Amino acid sequence: MATLRLDACSRWFGNVVAVNDVTMTIGPGITGLLGPNGAGKSTLIHLLAGFLPPSTGTVTLDEAPIWKNPEVYRALGIVPEREATYDHLTGRQLTVASAELHRLPDPGAAARRALAAVEMTDAQDRKVGEYSKGMKQRIKMASALVHDPAVLLLDEPFNGMDPRQRLHLIQLLRAMGDEGRTVLFSSHILEEVEQLAHQIEVVVAGRYAASGDYREIRRLMTDRPHQYTIVSSDNRALASALVADGSTAGVSLDGDVLRVQAAEFLRFAALLPRVARDAGVRLLQVTPADESLESVFSYLVEN
Amino acid sequence: MNRTIVRLTARGMLGGRRVWLLAALALLLVGIAVLARVLVPVSDADAAALLQGVSFATFLPLFGLIVGTGAIAPEIDDGSIVHLLSKPVSRHTIVQSKLAVAVGATVVFAVLPTMLAAVVLGAGPSTVLAFGAGALAAGAVYSVAFLLLSILTRHAVIIGLLYALMWESLVGSFVPGARNLSVQQWALSVTGSIAPPGLVTANVALGLACALIVGVLVAATWYAGSRLRVLTLAAEE
Repeated sequence: MATLRLDACSRWFGNVVAVNDVTMTIGPGITGLLGPNGAGKSTLIHLLAGFLPPSTGTVTLDEAPIWKNPEVYRALGIVPEREATYDHLTGRQLTVASAELHRLPDPGAAARRALAAVEMTDAQDRKVGEYSKGMKQRIKMASALVHDPAVLLLDEPFNGMDPRQRLHLIQLLRAMGDEGRTVLFSSHILEEVEQLAHQIEVVVAGRYAASGDYREIRRLMTDRPHQYTIVSSDNRALASALVADGSTAGVSLDGDVLRVQAAEFLRFAALLPRVARDAGVRLLQVTPADESLESVFSYLVEN
Repeated sequence: MNRTIVRLTARGMLGGRRVWLLAALALLLVGIAVLARVLVPVSDADAAALLQGVSFATFLPLFGLIVGTGAIAPEIDDGSIVHLLSKPVSRHTIVQSKLAVAVGATVVFAVLPTMLAAVVLGAGPSTVLAFGAGALAAGAVYSVAFLLLSILTRHAVIIGLLYALMWESLVGSFVPGARNLSVQQWALSVTGSIAPPGLVTANVALGLACALIVGVLVAATWYAGSRLRVLTLAAEE
């Protein structure tokens, strides 16, 4: 059982606060680190990978500090986001070198196992520099898995992957999670995280925003005040009909459009067409006004 | 020292164009000696002056710069150093292994060509050995200094060039006291102690020179390891 822990952890670069007082515990199974670009996900992964010291607070793996402690890498596998590897080596040479650096008793056999796990056996004798982006991602995985680590950290692992590669990586990570390993991956795409992670940690603007399983996060993200702009055959009649129902928090007439503040997303979605039909109003256009991921995240932060 | 890191570093450093650059420089050094020998009569003193001016003042700092930074700077620049840093290997071991490759490359591409140039110029065995020993001392110190500089700053090549051009050539010739802190003078002191008397003169006494050479080698290697321990990889955000 391996547990990663950030305790009251902050990290700033000059005047910029990248991670702001985050406390987080990541246990066995798959955890998704979700947040918009620039939220501090990479900084968190770097902190957990021991590539960056926290400005304040502590970062530990099973109570052992991660910063300035290379011995933790015996239990830690890291798949960085950056593509740079030793391009002049073949995939097999790179993986064998990783195994040797971990001082494994049989580096060749460990490398063969890791290459097979990521389905790179056929391409193992080509140079890393010639690989496609997805293949580079997999060879980085092989190199990170070669010592059979209890913890795997992946920074935006699905970036640049085609659907087939994505599916394969999902299966691979699921298998690792089922084996009781601690897998943490970052992503800015909710669907990606929700498909894979049993536990989701949301960070926004460097701060911890929410955590839970995907149902909780989905509910947090959908069950919130939504803004709609509506164009209908009779805005005034529709407005009065909507105000009568409790799921509408506010209505305003604004020229040719009707702006509605919905208190509960699901109930409002069911309500609107029914109310319109009963009032004999034709809905011409219904536009959610603030559906960007950013606004979803900022809502989570405010709460 | 770690054999895997030595292998990876050697492949990275000598696998690309850098090896041709080093080989070309080594050839140039020997070529200059051949030309001098063919064109003019060369006395022992001329040979010593030529080796001092060409090899010690120009080639060795340049070689040290190329191999010292080449051993680690490209990996820090493109982030591939992560592959080494994410392994349970002491950072001192990483530095020592990379330094071994840099010094090895200096021996092959700078020390041996310097000795070969001395032979071509008709120097006697003790002079050849003297310049070999001096070149080795200078090459090792330059390698470790520029390796350390690569860990301390991303501008190691620029600073290194400035050092090689400004300090070793200019400041050393105008400010006598600065010669005490010139790697070239330390190396010349070693050379002068082995070569026939009077052939090579240095401004630094042998004892001080040896102490400085060994001191810098040990201290810079250790410090490079401790700085690599706290090397932070910037997050891309």
